Amino acid sequence: MNRVIAALALVLLSCGALAREAAPLADDPQVEARLGAIAEELRCLVCQNESLIASRAGLAMDLKNQVREQIKAGKSDAEIRDYMVQRYGDFVLYRPPLKGSTVLLWIGPFALLIVGFAAVWMFVRRRRSIPAATLSSQDEARADALLGTRADDSSR
Amino acid sequence: MRIAIVGVFLALLALLAVGLTLNPREVPSPLVGKPAPAFQLPRLGSAERFSPADMRGKVWLLNVWASWCVTCRDEHPVLVDFARTKRVPLVGLNYKDQNDDALKWLSRFGDPYQFSVVDADGRIGIDYGVYGVPETYLIDRAGVIRFKQIGPVTPELVKGKILPMIAELER
Repeated sequence: MNRVIAALALVLLSCGALAREAAPLADDPQVEARLGAIAEELRCLVCQNESLIASRAGLAMDLKNQVREQIKAGKSDAEIRDYMVQRYGDFVLYRPPLKGSTVLLWIGPFALLIVGFAAVWMFVRRRRSIPAATLSSQDEARADALLGTRADDSSR
Repeated sequence: MRIAIVGVFLALLALLAVGLTLNPREVPSPLVGKPAPAFQLPRLGSAERFSPADMRGKVWLLNVWASWCVTCRDEHPVLVDFARTKRVPLVGLNYKDQNDDALKWLSRFGDPYQFSVVDADGRIGIDYGVYGVPETYLIDRAGVIRFKQIGPVTPELVKGKILPMIAELER
């Protein structure tokens, strides 16, 4: 029995040791979670199609550290975003605010969609107004002769 | 109908043509027209400290450089030529560099700067919205950033933009 207790104690102790070893990777999971949420919405300036959280560029690492520090200093998400916008402009935001210079960005795709629908609608309407092709009785007779269909079928 | 389709096609083509002439790596800086962020940094190779406030009343240039930056090497002769004219003070911001490397780099290629200041951890760079070295800021007498060049300064830029702007700001 003592042996079992000793073994259990060892297992528990080793768990503690493992946990302590893992700590430096993410010293505060809450901070890291918030960092993830904020940095996912920010663009890496160096590799522009990557988010700050995904990028391993030197500047991205520095900026993430800045965000970390500001989270620890008790700044709100909006304050941290403002900090980035003040330095790098709306460009760092994956969702830029709706304003004069970004109207086209926000409205453009919908405007194009409407133009597309209008084009399809016009096209369909034109197609409909074209009268279905009809054959004169002479042409029909010729077609029947060529195709070898029986004459009584041509009355259709 | 045919005309409309051709029109739309030409419009898209024009958009593409304009888009191809733009540089997507150039992010318009929100700092132009705003006061240059304050800092207090040690000078490279000296114990003295420098703050942009020391330059009040002068039009001056702040050039962000690093010994590890390949483009800076292309830009360097242009800055050396510019410094020879002694038109306005040129201050270097040595960005995320090793002091030894920076000093060696300057002695090897020539030092166009009145002095450089050391931004070892890149913090001041972040305040200035630096994202690709080299970058250059033109700052007026009141300490307001008037122009920012992302990427190397070229002889054309000095002649066509920087010198005329300096003349205007000094008036």
